[in-house]
Amino acid sequence: MNKTCIIIGREFSTRVRKKSFLVVTLVVPILMALFYAFLMWILLKDDTQERKIAVVNHSAIEAPFHQINNTTFETIDTEVTEASAPEFLAAHDYYAVIRLSADVMGQPEVPVYSFSQVPMDLKNEIALQLQNKIESIKRDSVIAQTQIPDLEEKLAATHTPVHIRTLKVSEETGEAKESSSEIASILGLAAGMVIYFFIFMYASQVMKGVIEEKTNRIIEVLVSSVKPFQFLLGKIIGVAAVGLVQFLIWVAFGLLLIVGMQAAFLPELDMEALRSAGNMAGDLTAIAGTEQLNAEQLAVIRNIAMTIDPAFILKFLASFLFYFIGGYLLYASLFAAIGAAVDNETDSQQFLTPLSIVLVVGLYIGFTAMKSPESPLVFWSSLIPFTSPIVMLVRLPFGVPAWELITSMGLLVAFFIFFTWLSGRIYRVGILMYGKKVTWKELYKWLKY
Amino acid sequence: MPLKKLVHFHYLQRRTMSFFTARNIVKNYANHRALDNVSIDIPEGAIYGLLGPNGAGKTSLIRIITQITGPDSGELFFKGRPLVPTDMNRIGYLPEERGLYKKMKVGEQAVYLARLKGMGKQDAIRQLKAWFEKFGIESWWERKVEELSKGMAQKVQFITTVLHEPEMLIFDEPFSGFDPINVELLKREILELRDKGTTIIFSTHNMASVEEICSHIALINRSHKIIEGPINQIRNKYANNTYQLVCRYQPDFHPQEAIGTEFEVLSEKIEDGQHEIVLQRLEECPTNTLLRRLLDWTDIISYRKIIPGMNDIFIKLVKEKQ
Repeated sequence: MNKTCIIIGREFSTRVRKKSFLVVTLVVPILMALFYAFLMWILLKDDTQERKIAVVNHSAIEAPFHQINNTTFETIDTEVTEASAPEFLAAHDYYAVIRLSADVMGQPEVPVYSFSQVPMDLKNEIALQLQNKIESIKRDSVIAQTQIPDLEEKLAATHTPVHIRTLKVSEETGEAKESSSEIASILGLAAGMVIYFFIFMYASQVMKGVIEEKTNRIIEVLVSSVKPFQFLLGKIIGVAAVGLVQFLIWVAFGLLLIVGMQAAFLPELDMEALRSAGNMAGDLTAIAGTEQLNAEQLAVIRNIAMTIDPAFILKFLASFLFYFIGGYLLYASLFAAIGAAVDNETDSQQFLTPLSIVLVVGLYIGFTAMKSPESPLVFWSSLIPFTSPIVMLVRLPFGVPAWELITSMGLLVAFFIFFTWLSGRIYRVGILMYGKKVTWKELYKWLKY
Repeated sequence: MPLKKLVHFHYLQRRTMSFFTARNIVKNYANHRALDNVSIDIPEGAIYGLLGPNGAGKTSLIRIITQITGPDSGELFFKGRPLVPTDMNRIGYLPEERGLYKKMKVGEQAVYLARLKGMGKQDAIRQLKAWFEKFGIESWWERKVEELSKGMAQKVQFITTVLHEPEMLIFDEPFSGFDPINVELLKREILELRDKGTTIIFSTHNMASVEEICSHIALINRSHKIIEGPINQIRNKYANNTYQLVCRYQPDFHPQEAIGTEFEVLSEKIEDGQHEIVLQRLEECPTNTLLRRLLDWTDIISYRKIIPGMNDIFIKLVKEKQ
């Protein structure tokens, strides 16, 4: 046991002292944040292109369009048809031409002629503006015809937005708890993706380490001091410790960010009060700190507050840690066996491909689990250990019966033990085998040595 | 004289207990049998040469002795009792294919390997410093292994192998990759270790070094042990009654006529006024009788029994078995 600790120590200390560890730990979160910020910026950025659109108006609608961002509309007197549109656009400085027929109110089909494809946002905005115009004209005429006083106000009063509160009821305690499925499923998927990412990253580090020791020929010296299985175990645990430390650093960063953001933007908000108020559907505006927010923001904040319920977070974190470690251990031992079987990294591809496929399939099932957490596919793949670390975490926020969770965890442990034993046998033979192109059949034989 | 040295001193006259014994070892791999009922017996304090052509099963046997792999059947005894996993700490092994972590610093790595052999950290550092000083390589401590040449790395490996003062050392082709100066250094160290009482297994193809330093040998060929024993006994056993006679050259001297029917001339060579003749003794005949016959004919410079080198015995035995 003492020797295993020495091995864990070396695996850990040589890895965390590497520059690449520091870079990945510190730079990756920053890069990710920048990437998402950039993505949001692109998506939300206003259309800045300056355009002039000609409007041929045969209808009774007055001034049907107004400026959209930098796109302006000009009504023209010339007639433009589909046949003459190219000629017209070529002759004038217009981006596009819209033709409103005389009967546009009855048959609201509007052609927009342009040389280049009209952007979707612009097209939608044009349709929306025209639609509003036509609707208001029609409404006015209905009001005028029916002669009912204050009809417009009365109609407006019928507008009733519905707010859905999702409440999860517990079978055991009978308690109903408000929950936010959006944020919960995003949290689950994020956790699943983190696990996917970590398994790949760290299990392949184990594989690389094994290949390095094999090609370095240091392995024969090492296994004359410790049992191969003991060495393998030390290596796997050492690398896991590196992953955990890295992850904890990221979690600390994340928490700092959340706390910092709350302190910066909503200093007086009492989350605890908000949570209990949410459960009772009480008056939210009475809670301290909420007066700075409008109703929409408040709803979002409440959703977040509901999800960050300490009890749920604790359970989620515990499961996360379990699947994180379990999934890693399962795959790391398999990756180690692959590393032992080959002479260099290029040869590892043939054995790695099936494992990668399984992992990627797990991730995709995780995505579908967000939409339909109860489907049989999701159910089974959250029990089977090769995919359960990802899928179960996505399912977890939607509520998973205790027996399913326990079965899934138990299976993961059983698989881990079995496959580590199996990999240990392949590893033992493989590390001392050089210059042999290894096939699946060969690996099977090694099991029986 | 320390006790261990005393023991070594006496073993030449009187065979002591065997230090390591492997009995009826069988090891099968998927397609072939690497070791077929191999037994070896290594006396305490011996330098035991494990000889054999490539693929004979030497490395398989060494891996079983070092407990890297287990035998399919057979027994192993360390100092008279069954071998157990913790004996790993009392055995040092320098494999033929050896390496170090390239990115690790020399000192740190040596300490790591020493600790895996059960040494304490401080103890390892202290001993390592002494060895580094002895080899004049103190300045390497903070350097990365990838900055060292192959020969330099081998020195470090040698140190890490012997550092924990194992009672038994196994060297697999220790001299390959060393320049002649370092080979001498290494030989000296190995002999020094033997004088301290360490039992040494020495696997090699280099017969010159076998004759020079081994006290015992075993020859393994095609998964079988062919011969085992003290090296002098084996060499004498294969001495097939050939003798070398050197005398002053005289044109009218015809050896075959002079030596009589009990002997036959195998070869003759005349060089620098000396006549060198190799004789085969066909029948029993005292040396004195032969010399007396020769005295009348020629001036004898030397006469000696030819004892075959290990190289000849090795080749002869391996060929015989094929």
